[in-house]
Amino acid sequence: MKNVRRFLVFAACSALSCSLGCGGGSSSKSSSSGTSSTPSNQTIASSGPNVAAVTVNSGPPGNGGYANGAFASATVCSPGTPTCQTIDGLLVDTGSVGLRIVSSVLTIALPQQKSASGSPVVECLQFLDSFSWGPVQTADIKIASEKASSVPIHVLSDTDFTVPASCSSTGPSADTLATLGANGILGVGLFAQDCGPLCVQSSTNTTPPENAYYECPSSTGCQAIFESLPQQVQNPVALFATDNNGIILELPPVSGAELTVNGSLVFGIGTQSNNGLAGATVYTASPLTSQPPSPPPGNFTTTFNGPSMTSFIDSGSNGYFFPDSSITVCSDNSGFYCPSSTLNLSATNQGVTAGSGTVDFSVANADSLFSNANDSAFGDLGGPAPQDFDWGLPFFYGRNVFTAIEGTNAPGGTAPYWAY
Amino acid sequence: MSNRQISAIQRGILIAGVALLTLAVAPPARAALGGDVSTIQADQIHMQGTRRIIPANSYTVHEIQAATGMLREYISPQGIVFALAWHGPWLPDMRQILGSYFEPYSQAAGSHHSARLGRRPVMVEQPGLVIQSGGHLRSFAGKAYIPDMLPTGVRAEDIQ
Repeated sequence: MKNVRRFLVFAACSALSCSLGCGGGSSSKSSSSGTSSTPSNQTIASSGPNVAAVTVNSGPPGNGGYANGAFASATVCSPGTPTCQTIDGLLVDTGSVGLRIVSSVLTIALPQQKSASGSPVVECLQFLDSFSWGPVQTADIKIASEKASSVPIHVLSDTDFTVPASCSSTGPSADTLATLGANGILGVGLFAQDCGPLCVQSSTNTTPPENAYYECPSSTGCQAIFESLPQQVQNPVALFATDNNGIILELPPVSGAELTVNGSLVFGIGTQSNNGLAGATVYTASPLTSQPPSPPPGNFTTTFNGPSMTSFIDSGSNGYFFPDSSITVCSDNSGFYCPSSTLNLSATNQGVTAGSGTVDFSVANADSLFSNANDSAFGDLGGPAPQDFDWGLPFFYGRNVFTAIEGTNAPGGTAPYWAY
Repeated sequence: MSNRQISAIQRGILIAGVALLTLAVAPPARAALGGDVSTIQADQIHMQGTRRIIPANSYTVHEIQAATGMLREYISPQGIVFALAWHGPWLPDMRQILGSYFEPYSQAAGSHHSARLGRRPVMVEQPGLVIQSGGHLRSFAGKAYIPDMLPTGVRAEDIQ
């Protein structure tokens, strides 16, 4: 019965997506990773001053083996000096904002940001399963030929300043290659700063948040503080001199499990000959100031098996994560689905103010996908989620996905938005 | 007014003062999940939020709204917090709201990476404890509940 219903939804949505204009771009439904909205003529930018190489592999040696992690390099320099270091193995994350580097891989000294009272500024960033803690420092950043000067970045270290209990309440720390799984995170999401107005003092925001910015007059005495927008950890793209309104992550299709996949991180949207929207549809996302009933900041909505739910596109999530109690969860790993055979599913994405379209996707048995320990790219990896729909890295395979930064002038719609 | 009456009033003021003081300095360590209804006060103070009470058929919801997000606490007819749901720009203080359940949560979050590294929702499903935590920077949502304590007729989907 469930299968019949799935097929009907699938058929109806396929028809819908064609009525919205498939043209000749529809891919084969017989493919286990077929997606109706994938253009068959995907072009991946190969080189250019605004193009950085991205590789999906198991990550930097010594991390234990990453699944569906897209990695890139960045060069950081002590501001205004030729003292630079290129750091690879940075997780390309459209679901967060800011450059974060594990302190143990950073070999050059960077200036420490100081608070109004002259104390070191230290940041707590909470993830779902962990937290990252460490000083805010300033660097010039170069990626491909794009440059940004004096950018506040987050250096991950829980040894210099004692972690406040309010920060460590989401689980263990992720401040090392082994615990983070990467040399750092290149957060190139929808926003220009990692916190925004929530961390800025105002008549309606009178208490600094307990799990964001701190000043640390001593190594054990860190106190929560407000942090102005320019001092917050920044999306480096927004500070580039050119091509600063967003990014495109371009990865080829992946079917089943693959050893490694190469693609591109392209800077700017509609600013060069290689980064136009072309035929991509713009799906607007909620801005930072979004209030109910609009979705929370950085989300749109997805309809799947019932009422619409809050959803987002996030290259830093390593699968499709969504609630569906009818799909078997892996017995050895409650984070992934293990259906007995690959499921062909369909969902509809709806932008907050513009954009609507169907996405066909597949979920395979995670245990089968993971059977070769050397594989790192998995097109049909999925797992359960509480109530949101998280379009993780598999969504990016075979699609050029645009992420436009709030407050910038991006073509085709009002940023923040995604387009694909 | 007799001395005795003054004394009674003074004692009243003293008790009220002590009560207020206790409230103000109450350690925030007492947890909500699995605790009794009085522990919600500690969560409210910790979050610096406002609270409203929403009656439902077989339980009561205490909803705490704060700048950091919203926390709903589900109270059984016996007065026990059997479930929590949250959403907001920050994750709630899991240590505070999970109390004795924080340790199994923390262990599960820590072993989260054991199979393959990667970022994804935290899904803890153990006998006697379910925790589901999802979302991304500036937008988190999740729930936690004690399956054995769900009142008759209450489904996990009702907690959100």
